[in-house]
Amino acid sequence: MNVLIIGAGSAIAVATARLYAARGCSLFLVARNTQRLEELAKDLEVRGAAKVGQHTLDVLEHDKHAEAVSTAREFLSSVDIALICHGSLPDQAITETDFAAARRELDVNGLSVISLITLLSALMKEQGAGTLAVVTSVAGDRGRQPNFVYGAAKSMVSTYLQGLRGRLLPHGVHVIDIRPGLVDSPMTARFEKGVLWSTPELVAGNIVKAIDRKRHTVYTPGYWRIIMAIVRSIPDVVFKRLKF
Amino acid sequence: MQLSGWGNYPAVQADVLAPASAAELQSLLAHNAYGNWICRGGGRSYGDSALNGRVVSSRYLDHFLDIDEDAATVRCGSGVSLGQVLEVVIPRGLFPPVLPGTKHVSIGGAIAADIHGKNHHVEGSFCDHLESFSLLLADGSILRCSAAENAGLFHATCGGMGLTGIILDATLHLNKVSSVSINNRSFSAKNLQHCLELLDEHNAATYVVAWLDCLKQGEDLGRGIVYVGDHGDDDNLQLVKRRGLSVPFHTPGFFLNRFTMSQFNNLYASWNKGRGDTTLQNYEQFFFPLDSIGNWNRLYGRKGFLQYQVLVPTEAKDILSRIIRRVAESGQGSFLSVLKKFGKANNNPLSFPSAGYTLTLDFRWRESLFPLLDELDALVLGCGGRHYLAKDARLSESGFKTGYPRWQEFMQVKAEVDPHNRFASLQSQRLGLTPVSTSHSSHKKAGPDK
Repeated sequence: MNVLIIGAGSAIAVATARLYAARGCSLFLVARNTQRLEELAKDLEVRGAAKVGQHTLDVLEHDKHAEAVSTAREFLSSVDIALICHGSLPDQAITETDFAAARRELDVNGLSVISLITLLSALMKEQGAGTLAVVTSVAGDRGRQPNFVYGAAKSMVSTYLQGLRGRLLPHGVHVIDIRPGLVDSPMTARFEKGVLWSTPELVAGNIVKAIDRKRHTVYTPGYWRIIMAIVRSIPDVVFKRLKF
Repeated sequence: MQLSGWGNYPAVQADVLAPASAAELQSLLAHNAYGNWICRGGGRSYGDSALNGRVVSSRYLDHFLDIDEDAATVRCGSGVSLGQVLEVVIPRGLFPPVLPGTKHVSIGGAIAADIHGKNHHVEGSFCDHLESFSLLLADGSILRCSAAENAGLFHATCGGMGLTGIILDATLHLNKVSSVSINNRSFSAKNLQHCLELLDEHNAATYVVAWLDCLKQGEDLGRGIVYVGDHGDDDNLQLVKRRGLSVPFHTPGFFLNRFTMSQFNNLYASWNKGRGDTTLQNYEQFFFPLDSIGNWNRLYGRKGFLQYQVLVPTEAKDILSRIIRRVAESGQGSFLSVLKKFGKANNNPLSFPSAGYTLTLDFRWRESLFPLLDELDALVLGCGGRHYLAKDARLSESGFKTGYPRWQEFMQVKAEVDPHNRFASLQSQRLGLTPVSTSHSSHKKAGPDK
């Protein structure tokens, strides 16, 4: 099995890559930090990966996406699974007043993802097979006061995937939207952690299972499906007064 | 956040930082010029060894750096757990020479506590198989330490409870094995004397440990089961993947009472009655039986429990029966009691193991426990014994200094590498290894009541 992971430096990506490494898969990692990539590549080899390739990419440089994807293809020869994990959690207050900051976050969490999906869909269509899994967020289910810029970007990707899933169906390509809840990672280090928080390792296990079983929209951990169904059902007249 | 050791006592408010890489950790150290902190790995030390107002987690220092199958060594980050090491080394026919009772300890923690296993009499302790490690010092520099390079710092850090610096990564020596199955033979011991005889009799085996029933009094005092294990010859290098049960919340403290414990002990004793029965067990069953019940520490309730592990020198083994008798009389009950015979001590000033017997007792937290433990301390220290710091939550400064006569040697190294005591834990403050910090001590609560 050949796995491409974009945003390989994220805690969820690292934990997922380790599970595939333990299965003896070949992996190709794309991330921004070259030193971290090298560390991770060695780690995955020790953990059992057949071979590990790496490529440095800042996702904001859209014109370099094609090169990253073609390098991955060259290394893996066929991309059975592509997992897009990159993202950033912005400071909501700044993005509300500074549009340049908001646009940057929408790009990192939304547009750059769609750019990569476009390239990967073409690749997988040509292969006539593959699974495209994208990590979005429960934040995309409804715009909430503390993080609606982040949520808007994530819901853009989720909506895109809903349509793409049907488009790629005749080509044997499967599309999965993975929506993690609160995950204890360096990205969320500044938050107080309560009972709803889960670990990157647990989320990674769910991602691998979802890919194995060709699920469509995955909430991880699963109880987030119920929580978000409730959140979505709150009438606007009440919801607009909620600060969570 | 509220933080405690595995025993859930004591619990304190702590800022927990989890730097994503060694470089981030280094800059964190440079930017926090004031205040002290302690590094925390798997969180499996029982008391306050890894507690302070500020705690640095090693959880993202969890990369493997290299494995050399011919030399049988593995190099990995200090946040890697022994369980992850097993997953990597077993398929290659390698096995860690020293394994504790849980696979969830981190490599950094294993070094800091110089942990031991059921085979101490054969293999010594964890740091006896440590080739080298790199240590991040208080001044932000990184030093490679081994028995040959920076030897003083190496020995002080092995068993040094994280007080010399932050271990970033380490290179471990492994054993080559043909099988990870364990031939486990069990022998019933009528009483403590019989148990000690059995431990001596089987001293040639690789793994030897005894379970004791500390509730029985009179003639049955110290009845137990001696487990004797050796690697099987069935060429089994399979990883065991098991999903056990987990305790979802703290059970009420009275759940483990005298009655339920004695019932459990009776059941356990009769279940294992067989004399010399041999069973082929997988390594998880043999080494980590309690790991199969996730969060088993919650069975002791919200107030938690204390594990009391002490060393009694060989020549003072009579003290063991006095300790066990005192515990049985007290009615405090120890749910899990383990006896093991150690081999010789190594050269690390703060390492726990030394020639003699180590007795481990578990007690549910309650006010009346502390006077009992003080009494036991007097017995242990009076015969030249000592306490295992990784389990300790309440030992006195004088108790520590009596048990570890080489503590000043450790302090000399500490003064050299960490003159401002940047690395300190609640335990190190209690034991007089670092000055008491006023800013964080206010976080400490007398009891864990919320």
